[in-house]
Amino acid sequence: MGANLFSNYGEAVAMILFGIGFGNLLLQSNLIKKIIGLNIMDTAIYLFLAEKGYIENRVAPIVVDGVQSMEAYINPIPSGLVLTGIVVSVSVSALMLSITIRLYQRYHTLDLDEISIRLKKEGL
Amino acid sequence: MNIVRNFPAVSILLCLFAGIISSGLKKKMAGYVNTVLISIVGLLSISTLFYVLSTGEAFVYVMGKFPAPWGNEIRAGVLEAFMALFFCIIMLLSLFGGRKKLTDEVEEGKTFLYYVLMDLLLASLLALVYTNDLFTAYVFVEINTIAACGLIMIRQNGRTIEAAARYMIMSLLGSGLLLMGLCMLYDLTGHLLMSNIKEQVAFVYASGEYRIPLLVTIALLSVGLAIKSALFPFHAWLPDAYGYSTVSSAAVLSSLVSKGYIFLLIKIIYRVIGFEIFYESRIVDALFAFGLMGMIFGSISAIRENDIRRMIAFSSVAQIGYIYMGIGMGTQAGMEASIFHILSHAATKSLLFVAAIGLTDVSGGSRQFIELTGSGYRNKWAGVAFTVGSLSMVGVPLFSGFVSKLLFAQAAVQNDIKMLPALIVLGISTILNAIYFMKTVIRIYTPLEDSKYGSITFKNMKLYVAALVCFIILNVALGVSSQPIVDLIGQGLAMFS
Repeated sequence: MGANLFSNYGEAVAMILFGIGFGNLLLQSNLIKKIIGLNIMDTAIYLFLAEKGYIENRVAPIVVDGVQSMEAYINPIPSGLVLTGIVVSVSVSALMLSITIRLYQRYHTLDLDEISIRLKKEGL
Repeated sequence: MNIVRNFPAVSILLCLFAGIISSGLKKKMAGYVNTVLISIVGLLSISTLFYVLSTGEAFVYVMGKFPAPWGNEIRAGVLEAFMALFFCIIMLLSLFGGRKKLTDEVEEGKTFLYYVLMDLLLASLLALVYTNDLFTAYVFVEINTIAACGLIMIRQNGRTIEAAARYMIMSLLGSGLLLMGLCMLYDLTGHLLMSNIKEQVAFVYASGEYRIPLLVTIALLSVGLAIKSALFPFHAWLPDAYGYSTVSSAAVLSSLVSKGYIFLLIKIIYRVIGFEIFYESRIVDALFAFGLMGMIFGSISAIRENDIRRMIAFSSVAQIGYIYMGIGMGTQAGMEASIFHILSHAATKSLLFVAAIGLTDVSGGSRQFIELTGSGYRNKWAGVAFTVGSLSMVGVPLFSGFVSKLLFAQAAVQNDIKMLPALIVLGISTILNAIYFMKTVIRIYTPLEDSKYGSITFKNMKLYVAALVCFIILNVALGVSSQPIVDLIGQGLAMFS
């Protein structure tokens, strides 16, 4: 168990980061901190994918010097997934930030719980 | 190759293109484009459904030129085509029911954006229903979330923006877990297409290795989608999001968006993990338990609620609990009951939201129960529709809710261990449902001598009444002719494997 963990330390780190990001997104009440948590969480997933997709001593599958052997290259799909994932997380981060701006303009605070309390007071 | 095989892909692309075009159109035109689009997609889905029924087997449509293990695929069977058709019907009726309200509640220059979001939402729902590729499913899950978030906050006030923020946070937690699950599944199996993953999962499972990673993966996928579809402990965002957004949004969110995720989960159970392996993992027991809790706590929260829209929203929590209870039952019958309840709840909940807005409109816009007294007389059509919806939710025969409760009870009897808790909670939940829905119905039909609010005439709300009548017909049709639909669901589930 321990030996496995050590040889896969990249994945282990990714999981820890995922946990940190998840916790921040769930528990922080400050919206900006939440968004930072979201980005840590997503980046951890990409680290996990990159770590899984990389094989030592192999390169990206771009044939330049005529080497056609499968042994020389890595699987490009995890990298492709990372790129797609980055696009998705950029757009949701942008959306979250825009919501944050809207809320800040209305209530002059970034604290989501504080905003809820004020909404209750407004009795909307 | 038959031309019908192109239809699922074409309908997704049509929705995306319509969204793009609508963003450059005037308000009225965007509305027309949206209506035409939904009708066309509905027709395409009907033809797909009949084609699949006539051939008797599901077909796979290869997107692009790369064959199976590498390329991207769309797969259409009976259940997929039927769901697509049903989603179109509900979306169209919800939009008709809320069209008048939309112009009041959304800023003048922004109405066309509403239809852009609707087009995108339909595209992502169709993609979730049809896709055979897990990563594509993830991307469209996110598109669905973004579109739904826009639908919540297009009516700009503090409440809706806060609700949208909370909705986004919960959804992002869910999609983070889902993405992690997908990545781990990809590492375990080396595939992204559902059919290939299933073969590899069966192989890995038979070899006895990687038991714990497989278990973690299944847990991540189920929990991720459960969070996104607002299963009981994760429902905190739901009442605000459904309660304060504009009425079409609330109807579409409660009846389609969460159902899209549940349908994806069912697809994952059958087509990715495999029915047996999923059930041996015991994750289902957790889903079952949370489903039961949701059924009770959702209803209790609804009873305590003093605001009609939020009450209906809390009732959604309970109904989502029913669906997860059926999935957690671990039998084919339970799954059929769940899928039938997806249909019946979608038809009923959107009816209730649309009817409730008619009632609050004749009560000076107030949603408090005290103001709603006698509103069933002031807006007769909405009153009747609300009563029908309530009866259906409570489970009175003739209406769709009765059939789904019957199916759940039948499914529960087949499972020795889960029979007792399922039946007891089903009974309690029915009583609780009856308490809060009948309370509301009695309230709206309590005559009020000197009402300060005027009544509304049929002439001012033709489209609204037409939508309500269609909803009622749909509800009764689901309730009366349930057998063919249940057979269809069974056939569709058989095609999944």
